[in-house]
Amino acid sequence: MNARQWARAVRWYLRELTGEADYDRHCERHRRHHPLAPVPTRREYEVQRTRHRETHPQGRCC
Amino acid sequence: MPTSVLPETGPEVPEKSRMRSIVLWTTVALLGAVAWGVLALARGEEISAIWLVVAALGSYAIAYRFYSRFIARRVLKPDDRRATPAERLDDGVDFQPTDRRVLLGHHFAAIAGAGPLVGPVLAAQMGYLPGTLWIVAGVIFAGAVQDMVVLFLSMRRDGKSLGQMARDEIGRAGGGAALIAVFTIMIILLGVLALVVVNALAHSPWGTFSVAMTVPIALFMGFWMHRIRPGRVVETSLIGVALLLLAIAGGGWVQNSSLADTFTLSPTTLVFCLIGYGFVASVLPVWMLLAPRDYLSTFMKIGTIALLAVGVVVAAPVMRADAVSEFATSGAGPVFAGSLFPFLFITIACGALSGFHALVASGTTPKLIQKESQVRMIGYGAMLMESFVAIMALIAAATLEPGLYYAMNAPAGLLGTTAESASHAVAGLGFTITPDQLTQAAKAVEEQTLIARSGGAPTLAVGMSEIFSGIFGGTAMKAFWYHFAIMFEALFILTTVDAGTRVGRFMLQDMLGNVWKPIGRVNWKPGIWLCSGLVVAAWGYFLYTGATDPLGGINQLFPLFGIANQLLAAIALTVCTTILVKSGRLRWAWVTGAPLVWVVAVTFTAGWQKVFSDDPKVGFFAQRARYADALDAGQVLPPAKTLDDMHTVVTNSTVDGVLITLFLLLVTVVIVNAAVVCVRAVRSRSPLPTTETPYVESRIDMPEQADEPLAGARL
Repeated sequence: MNARQWARAVRWYLRELTGEADYDRHCERHRRHHPLAPVPTRREYEVQRTRHRETHPQGRCC
Repeated sequence: MPTSVLPETGPEVPEKSRMRSIVLWTTVALLGAVAWGVLALARGEEISAIWLVVAALGSYAIAYRFYSRFIARRVLKPDDRRATPAERLDDGVDFQPTDRRVLLGHHFAAIAGAGPLVGPVLAAQMGYLPGTLWIVAGVIFAGAVQDMVVLFLSMRRDGKSLGQMARDEIGRAGGGAALIAVFTIMIILLGVLALVVVNALAHSPWGTFSVAMTVPIALFMGFWMHRIRPGRVVETSLIGVALLLLAIAGGGWVQNSSLADTFTLSPTTLVFCLIGYGFVASVLPVWMLLAPRDYLSTFMKIGTIALLAVGVVVAAPVMRADAVSEFATSGAGPVFAGSLFPFLFITIACGALSGFHALVASGTTPKLIQKESQVRMIGYGAMLMESFVAIMALIAAATLEPGLYYAMNAPAGLLGTTAESASHAVAGLGFTITPDQLTQAAKAVEEQTLIARSGGAPTLAVGMSEIFSGIFGGTAMKAFWYHFAIMFEALFILTTVDAGTRVGRFMLQDMLGNVWKPIGRVNWKPGIWLCSGLVVAAWGYFLYTGATDPLGGINQLFPLFGIANQLLAAIALTVCTTILVKSGRLRWAWVTGAPLVWVVAVTFTAGWQKVFSDDPKVGFFAQRARYADALDAGQVLPPAKTLDDMHTVVTNSTVDGVLITLFLLLVTVVIVNAAVVCVRAVRSRSPLPTTETPYVESRIDMPEQADEPLAGARL
């Protein structure tokens, strides 16, 4: 792999690990299931995601 | 959409690859064996830490390649044609098939924290060899097995939690006991971890300032990610890390400015700050504080651990501690009392075997697995990585001069407060450090003192600063690296405290909700405040007693924490063994049964000694009796200084003793109940009904992906 591919791979990994890429997937999924409804904006999606996170705490180990 | 396809390595020519594999694994085995040989034979001479690294990595490689494959093939039998819950229940939120490399990162970030960094440092008082042996053997045969099996079993049950599985598989009594045990154990864990932070920050304006700055940094990140640039986590985290490094550098400036006094806090003040912080973090919306902190902590965690691995390999420090110290046999060590068996095995919990992982492995991770066979890489593999972190922590502690190690880790009551008294006390333990050396060591990292900085974090930080400054920056950077290490540990721990308080609050709401409905509602504000307050008060109590204990909080509480964590592992392994027996795999039940027997032997011996030992240094009730008798006679026993101190000792040892008894009883209930179920299962003629979710055929083809996009899959 050359430097550019490495950079892309690292960026891909970080975006996946942090959940930043979730929005893209969500939109894609949304279009598939509700082709006529407008896709939520990033802001709307993040609000939704935060609300979910609020009630689903994830434990961190020692 | 995610970009670029990485070429997957295709199937190779069978014969050629077989030969190659035999040569490769023979080489790995030889390397590992030679390294262990060097460790075993080197006596009375200082050896390089590289041997430890090679021995550990060689053993991990072989264990992963052979033992974990054996467990997968013979015992668990994962089936990649079977749809995982992530595929069947895919809702794009809780359940979604995730790329295994991404999930490995998630799982590792969730299981690894301060535990594997602290335990090995304390255990270094027995020498580096016993700790290394336990970390490596423990992870291979117990810790990684537990994580992998729990992950697999939970995955086959739609990601059920450990508590639910205990109730379903063992019964109501066992399940209830497990639930209470999980909750109380978590409280102890939070209290002890918070105590590590308090001991690391007390009287250190530099450390306190930089750790305090993480709060505004997290708030800023939260605001940025939520309001200004929604969802841009990577860029926000990079900004956060940059600010964090600035905060560490800024700490050095604060230390030498007029602000220094503001940030010089006593342990008691810090305790109340942490308690207040824990409560606020638990009731604030997650996007403000908790989520950004979590990202920051994950980035720092992976970055620093990688840096430490590079540092250890490049700097190749020499081990200065004895391979096996005399405290291993005498049991009179100043850091924690008791002999090698059982106390070494409860002091090093995370890194070898940690019951807490069972809570992570049954919950979030199983809902994201894409293919069943991946439990091997994620469950077993992530735990091997955590174990390697523990080895590096052990190396960092063992490369310090033993004199300095004991001057930092023995209780304050023994060491006194001046360099002279500490030097004298260390000489009494059989090691040497001059008052001048001690002052110099503190000066090098720009701390007021290094005396009695117990808890493991400062020791590890000094060790890390030695290793890092040898590569980057030289002695001038020593103080920076020391505070970098302190900050990194404090960040981990505070993230665990935030998240743990929240998880504890939900558990408590759930339990109390059975008694009085409104409390169970997750959005009823008074209920949230009440339960958060109760959880914070509970761990805050242990934190406070730990910080004010005349006998040294870490010395008293760490065994309690270790026993609690290992008892949780006992519960998890009991659940695993019961399921194996019930599902007709009695023949393979030893895979989890053997580590279960071991951990029960360790924890029950340790618990028994903590409750019944006549030695007041070991037994809580013997200690209580000694101090209560003296109190009746109106005497003050050192290291207590006043009658109030005496009362404190009496109360603390009573509470600790009662808690250990309670833990042992709860776990006994679980094990006895499970044994009854196992006997019934073995005697039963017809196989017991399975609790697995029924087979559904998978529509995801590997390695080519089907039309359904995978979370994180490269398409």
